[in-house]
Amino acid sequence: MKLTIGYLYPDLLNLYGDCGNIQCLKKRLEWRGMEASIVPLSSESRIDFTRLDIVMLGGGSDREQELAARGLRSLRKELGCYLEDNGVLLAICGGYQLLGDYYKTGRKTIKCLELLHFYTECGSKRLVQNVVVQSPFFSSPVVGFVNHGGRTHIGDYTPLGEVLYGFGNTETSHREGLLYKNTLGTYLHGPLLPKNPEICDFLIARALHRKYGKKVCLDPLPDGAEKRANSYLVKNLVFYP
Amino acid sequence: MKARRKAAVRCTKLVYKIIRNTGQGNGTSLPGCAARLLAPEILADLSGMVREKTIVTMGTNGKTTSNNLMCKALEDAGKKVVCNRLGANMPNGIITAYALAAAADGSLDADYACLEVDELAAASVLPLLKPDCILLTNIFRDQLDRYGEPDLICQKLKAAIDSVPDAVLVINGDDIFSCTLAGECRNPRIVYGINEAAFAQDDAAGTCDSLFCRSCGHRLTYLFHHYGHLGVYHCPGCGMSRPLPAYTASDICFDADACSFSLNGYRMTARIRTAYSIYNTLSAYAALCGAGADTAHFAEAVRDFDYGNNREAEFLINDTLIRLYLIKNPIGLQLKFALLQKDPAPKDILLLINDNAQDGMDVSWLWDVDFGSLHTANTASVIAAGLRRYDVELRLKYEEIPCRVSNDPEASVEALLESGSKNLYILVNYSGLYRTKRMLQNLANAREGGTQA
Repeated sequence: MKLTIGYLYPDLLNLYGDCGNIQCLKKRLEWRGMEASIVPLSSESRIDFTRLDIVMLGGGSDREQELAARGLRSLRKELGCYLEDNGVLLAICGGYQLLGDYYKTGRKTIKCLELLHFYTECGSKRLVQNVVVQSPFFSSPVVGFVNHGGRTHIGDYTPLGEVLYGFGNTETSHREGLLYKNTLGTYLHGPLLPKNPEICDFLIARALHRKYGKKVCLDPLPDGAEKRANSYLVKNLVFYP
Repeated sequence: MKARRKAAVRCTKLVYKIIRNTGQGNGTSLPGCAARLLAPEILADLSGMVREKTIVTMGTNGKTTSNNLMCKALEDAGKKVVCNRLGANMPNGIITAYALAAAADGSLDADYACLEVDELAAASVLPLLKPDCILLTNIFRDQLDRYGEPDLICQKLKAAIDSVPDAVLVINGDDIFSCTLAGECRNPRIVYGINEAAFAQDDAAGTCDSLFCRSCGHRLTYLFHHYGHLGVYHCPGCGMSRPLPAYTASDICFDADACSFSLNGYRMTARIRTAYSIYNTLSAYAALCGAGADTAHFAEAVRDFDYGNNREAEFLINDTLIRLYLIKNPIGLQLKFALLQKDPAPKDILLLINDNAQDGMDVSWLWDVDFGSLHTANTASVIAAGLRRYDVELRLKYEEIPCRVSNDPEASVEALLESGSKNLYILVNYSGLYRTKRMLQNLANAREGGTQA
């Protein structure tokens, strides 16, 4: 079996080791005897979302993110169809914000892709911290690092989970991220997938199911290193702070 | 006013002495803090007593080396120089440097001041120092949780530079961030850069931060990259192009342990092995020229200069050559990996990563470095250590590079002294540096024939 992974705008949205998520998807497919084809999609390339099984949209600096948003707006319809058709999409930090209706700073309101109907407002200080989240979808706590100025109000969407340590979608909300169909939006970089292999396997399983039309049971992998890195943070931040 | 300054200077010297005598640290920051409490104006006062020029060095990488090299060249030319040479570049560290250089009566006998200043401290410190010349070495991605993304660093630096509009701004023309920043400042400007593709292989993977024009957003075209985003570029969109440098290094030749090159026609040789050391040398030269200083002794200063600055060290213990390097950010680690690849001998590597406040709490940058390059570096073993050793282990796992995890670096080094490849590289970030160095010094002292080179 083979999955094609589209890495959106690696030249613009690559701020916090986001490429580690791509590496994680690739290796965990290969370690199970499957194939991964990584397609870096630059802001100048023409993108056919029907050929993609997993799409990653990372975070960038404000300037780069604006350039990315410009390119993405022209793809709005295709990306929207992909998302509604249960395409697997991992959107991190700035990429997560872009999926919503708008991003409001003190001076202006930046129109986002309006694929999902939530919004983000810029707060007075940046939220910079390690974060631990307990998600009902995963057995291990989800760990990562956040560094952003936005406060995202997700309304009735399902959050990724409850915050055990650090900031959630806003500094006062205890909910982090968003899950809609096969789209996962989150502020956690760090990068997310290597330290949270359950999420990686969840995305892979959903993508295989969508592509091959049958429920896929992934072989377990020896995740000692992943668990050690994850539980180091959980222990230090949640249990013995 | 004068009495307070005198008291503050004496207090600084006393606190410094106590800290040093009790082995509690370098004594670079606390004494200055005490001085500031006694005499809040002390920095502006002492800075105003510098007779000739004040040169400030800022930027992500190379501050300490460039600053100390300038200081040495000036001292070799017979000048008296105030310098924060241990790299304590926050306000208290700078005050400590001035107060320690002052006499007990609160006066200062100095021809020059060479000071490196942290990006976050620059806006508050520069108006007090009133520098004649500002060297901006480069702007790279660095401890994003502390400094923010490069655009935010640029904003902070611009605010600082705008506060001293007469200072000559010396910039690296190969760095698009520095050039764009300088273009927004009114200061007189001097550009240095390297025109030849001398180290293209050092960063083949391309640890690139800025591929797009800062003005019009078009993708930049590079004739070649030096490393990271440094290189010879132009923008096909708006026509912006890399400025031609007034100061340049050319005919660069690397030997095993040294490098020779010409700075504006003057041939010099330095005990360096890396591209960034050439930039540091070139930037120091350009800044001295920018300040109108005497550079007649620059080549001699370069020849004898210790580029390690307490941040690199070599030890020979039990026939094992141990090289210790400080790594601070992704480009730093990438360039150290390039160095390892150039050494054909089998080697052991110990990578120690902490996440204390001065290291940056966010270690996600490990994933921005091409660890895959270790596959071709002839590694005998890799050891992950430090508070975030499991993150290092995980990073290596996803490149399928076997590693051992150690919670006792000293025991690991001792084991390698017995049965290692006799060629050990130790890469650590800030908070582990001095402890690791002390550990190696103790190991060298405890063993016959152990020396620090």
